[in-house]
Amino acid sequence: MAQYVFLLFDTEEFYDNVTPEGWQEAMKLHTAFSEAVEAAGASILGGAALEKSSTASTVKQGSGEPLVTDGPFIETKEALGGFYIIDAKDLDQALALAKLCPSNNVEVRPVMDTSDGSAPPA
Amino acid sequence: MTSAREIARVVDEAHRGHWSTVLASTVRLTRDLDLAEDCTQDAFVQALRTWPDGIPANQAGWLTTVARRFALDRLRRETTLRRKLPLLIEDAVSPDDVEQPTDPLRLVFTCCHPALARDSQVALTLRLICGLTTREVAAGLLISEATAAARITRAKKKIAAASIPYRIPADEELPERLDVVLTVVQLVYTAGHVAAGPELTRADLTGRALELAGLLVRLMPNEPEPQALLGLLQMTQARGDARLSEDGELVLLADQDRSRWDVRLLAEGVSRATAALQRGHGRFALQAAVAGLHVTAPSWEQTDWHQVVRMYDAMLVSWPSPIVALNRAAAHSLVPGADLTAVLAELDALGNEPALKSYGYLPAARADVLARLGRREAAVAAYDEAIALTVNGAEQRFLRRRRAALAE
Repeated sequence: MAQYVFLLFDTEEFYDNVTPEGWQEAMKLHTAFSEAVEAAGASILGGAALEKSSTASTVKQGSGEPLVTDGPFIETKEALGGFYIIDAKDLDQALALAKLCPSNNVEVRPVMDTSDGSAPPA
Repeated sequence: MTSAREIARVVDEAHRGHWSTVLASTVRLTRDLDLAEDCTQDAFVQALRTWPDGIPANQAGWLTTVARRFALDRLRRETTLRRKLPLLIEDAVSPDDVEQPTDPLRLVFTCCHPALARDSQVALTLRLICGLTTREVAAGLLISEATAAARITRAKKKIAAASIPYRIPADEELPERLDVVLTVVQLVYTAGHVAAGPELTRADLTGRALELAGLLVRLMPNEPEPQALLGLLQMTQARGDARLSEDGELVLLADQDRSRWDVRLLAEGVSRATAALQRGHGRFALQAAVAGLHVTAPSWEQTDWHQVVRMYDAMLVSWPSPIVALNRAAAHSLVPGADLTAVLAELDALGNEPALKSYGYLPAARADVLARLGRREAAVAAYDEAIALTVNGAEQRFLRRRRAALAE
């Protein structure tokens, strides 16, 4: 098995207009996704929904004093809205599951092995 | 003892014929592309040393056994290190089981995984499946050796780090994944067919693409699309000699001396394409159908242009690409009595397509229609635009001749 993080990038308009019913619908989609992952023999190791990008703060650490600014590190039309950590058999399974994930843009990234004795990334 | 020269020829032939089989089988044992490549290379070196004493009857089997033995030796020496390295994922099979005729196919699907960039897919396929050196890959794709090496390395790293499986995709994934594989093979052929590189490398690439298409047909005899691709490539290849005039100038299909076509190869291509068309109307079957309509017509003028346009219409449904739309418009302009003003509008609309912005064939097609409409000045301007966008020398000279003919 290999671990992947699914990064969910979507526009944030949804939050501005969503009704309580719409919100419940969205939550149901994520529950259905979790069930699909388990049914495929993969598992969810973690994950979270994130508050809107307008609530983000960025700490920049350059050569001088750390600088605190408002907003996300990168301003894009689609913002990082949440993530999952998935344990899957291989990339094909991870991609098949990402297609079921309730988000318009899912970036699938393998998790690096940083355990004791791990080799640096090739 | 067989002469060194004869041995070199035999090993070279074995390299072309068996490289991917030997490599793929070794990959399954090592689950490490680099290690498998090294050991496969070593097996061919060993053949050069040993075969003078007697060429084995089963060359592929001999090479596979030797490559896998080298790999096992190295794995044994490096077990502790290997445990920490990311390995290729594959479905459970016994490593002792050497006979896996589908190994090369697994390797093709791994090299052409959609999670790899198209450029990397092509470079990796040439390197791993065709066994070209990095220098040959670079020459074939008209890129620097450093770029070719970087693409191959990046792709291999991603295969390991992201756990891209070493496996033939499941049935439900197959149509989409097979399409990528066939596209890569077609790109390999095209790289050899229209490149501006040295003559020998080009012929080598087209040859490799034909071999690869043949391999796919052998490995997936029940899929119509590989058949269609092989037929398409064979028909294109059969016209190869007629594409260049005696003084090395490009001759368009319209002006080709059809008696110079390779009749045997053409017939094989047509029969493959026909067989594929009877079983499906995929992207490559339709392309092969267009090629078939061209080569079976007695002349360019007598081509069944109505039918060609119909094939492009069908293609646009499953493959709504601006290039297909451009080809459709070009064919439409040749239907007897076609409304050329309507065709021009079709081509003008395509001018907004980002994918065609730097594609020389669009202004070239516009130039031809404009010339036939008698709008000489606009046609000359369109030829200028096409010439500026064309990198291939023969194609450029061809466009210049057309432009010059207009200005007279």
